[in-house]
Amino acid sequence: MDRKIRVVVAKPGLDGHDRGAKVIARALRDAGMEVIYTGLRQTPEQIVNTALQEDADVIALSILSGAHNYLFPRVMELLKENGADDILVFGGGVIPEEDIPFLKSKGIAEIFGPGTPTSVTVDFIKEHVKLNLENK
Amino acid sequence: MSDKEELEKAFKAWEEKTDKALAKHPERKAKFMTGSNTPIQRVYTPLDTEDIDYLDDLGLPGEFPFTRGVQATMYRGKLWTMRQYAGFGTAEESNARYKYLLAQGQTGLSVAFDLPTQIGYDSDHPLAAGEVGKVGVAIDSLEDMETLFDAIPLDKVSTSMTINAPAAVLLAMYIAVAEKEGIPASALDGTIQNDILKEYVARGTYIFPPKPSMRLITDIFAYCAREVPNWNTISISGYHIREAGATAVQEVAFTLADGIAYVEAAIAAGLDVDDFAPRLSFFFNAHNDLFEEVAKFRAARRVWAHIMKDRFHAKNPKSQTLRFHTQTGGSTLTAQQPSNNVVRVAIQALAAVLGGTQSLHTNSMDEALALPSEDSVRLALRTQQILAYESGVAETVDPLAGSYYVESLTSSIEKDVLAYLDKIDAMGGAVRAIEQGYIQQEIQDSAYAWQMDMEKGQRIVVGLNKFQAKEEPPKGLLRVDPSVQERQVAKLGKLKARRDNAAVQACLERLKKAAEGTDNLMPLILDSVKSYATLGEICDVLRTVFGEYSPSVTF
Repeated sequence: MDRKIRVVVAKPGLDGHDRGAKVIARALRDAGMEVIYTGLRQTPEQIVNTALQEDADVIALSILSGAHNYLFPRVMELLKENGADDILVFGGGVIPEEDIPFLKSKGIAEIFGPGTPTSVTVDFIKEHVKLNLENK
Repeated sequence: MSDKEELEKAFKAWEEKTDKALAKHPERKAKFMTGSNTPIQRVYTPLDTEDIDYLDDLGLPGEFPFTRGVQATMYRGKLWTMRQYAGFGTAEESNARYKYLLAQGQTGLSVAFDLPTQIGYDSDHPLAAGEVGKVGVAIDSLEDMETLFDAIPLDKVSTSMTINAPAAVLLAMYIAVAEKEGIPASALDGTIQNDILKEYVARGTYIFPPKPSMRLITDIFAYCAREVPNWNTISISGYHIREAGATAVQEVAFTLADGIAYVEAAIAAGLDVDDFAPRLSFFFNAHNDLFEEVAKFRAARRVWAHIMKDRFHAKNPKSQTLRFHTQTGGSTLTAQQPSNNVVRVAIQALAAVLGGTQSLHTNSMDEALALPSEDSVRLALRTQQILAYESGVAETVDPLAGSYYVESLTSSIEKDVLAYLDKIDAMGGAVRAIEQGYIQQEIQDSAYAWQMDMEKGQRIVVGLNKFQAKEEPPKGLLRVDPSVQERQVAKLGKLKARRDNAAVQACLERLKKAAEGTDNLMPLILDSVKSYATLGEICDVLRTVFGEYSPSVTF
């Protein structure tokens, strides 16, 4: 299949720190993926709508404001309600290690903390999207 | 043979000899560069500074063009203000942190507001869900502000508030709290950030479109010139531009371009430059490249002095001085081996002091992980105190002046900044350049280049891409109590039931009328906050009249 992997990079909540989101968006594009960046101040509803409209394989959530424990699970709930929880969702930003098990229990596939090379994220997406397709 | 010819001859011979030895003993890298990609020579000599005219280009401290500092005695007269940015949870919790910091010898306050406050939403707004009290204190009304500053003598401390789009509202609340304590506005000392242009570019807490935002800013300039004369009415900020990925040169260039836009807006609003310019202040970052950072601060002062004198014909020397706050670089901190951050912060703080900062925030070692704990904030403050009282760097003014390298770098940064300013002028100024996405694109390109350099190992970050170690997850991080939102919403509900709602509506109606016209909005905002109208209510009135900013998204 030659369809490019489609990724929605999103900034949930009111956080304005988008350096990381933009760097990731560009790195994924340079790695051959189709990237849609939502811009700032997205509600979970807006993010899920964008992902559905864009037929996304992946949602990358970036947050540095500390609101992840509320906003990330909300995105997962809405995906489930829309029967779209096969979309791979991962997060990044300033997220304390002790919150990661909770977020994973809600269906977030991985959390990439500060300092993660973009190549690690690229490889992670490629591997997991492939697995997702094989399991379909 | 003149001295210069002699030096040139000696230098040439030395260079040939050294180059020959390179075959056997090569240098560590093929190219040495500053963070702004300026090539760094092997050595600097008087040949590199011969174009500098001492009196014209450096001058004496406190004299034009202020390269050596904005005061004659600098830290011999008074040390910089040690000001740690703090705030989280409710007003009660933040008030306790401020009292703790003052007890530890901090000399000024710096208030961090939560995101709903910064974007003009009350704590019960749907978009505030999950964000209340997280990155700063939640302020909904004058009632919260009274708690925030309870038992803090507002006529003795200076208070800096990181608030932009709704800056007029928070300043009005501060004035109202002081008034209730019998302190006149004319006795207040502090700063509001009030810099909307960098919000569009790099920080993201905008509300209104540029035009009405600039009007709010110039209304504040005019009001404070009359009523709050010691207040710094704006803190034109390069900090966040740098954090978003800009180089040192871009940080200065885009900040000064924003500064030019504010001065032009105020003059267009009918203000005299010398009435408002003395209260303009700046806010810069300090990263790890020590000499480039020092040179950056010196170059910024020189460029701004010329802009104010030559372009805007400011006569008051205070209008020509670039006074600035510095914060060490948050984006330089690593989540890996966080104690290494203590050393980074010390180097960055040293750069700020050698660069002549007026006030300083030193980041805490755990800030790549969470909000700082009390212990780590104290260590960050102690870092400043060690610099101030033990290192000796505060005992003479501008100690690096005359260094061939630092002077040469100062001139080169100045030249590169001026080239950017010319380009932005040609585009029609900073507001146009932002609307066209030019400044954002320049910053994004630098951020991406930096990341790629690091991933290729061309930039070393200790503990991150070299000298890694296995570590235990850090302990003792600060967590904001998730019940803050419930408590804040309950408090807000009680206030709305208790206050004179007819009086609130009348104030808001008058504010709306004024916003539709051209009157200065500050007195009406002050009346509104005194009636206990909430921040969200006031901003909603302005949203109705002004509309909201919608950014163009690029990456």
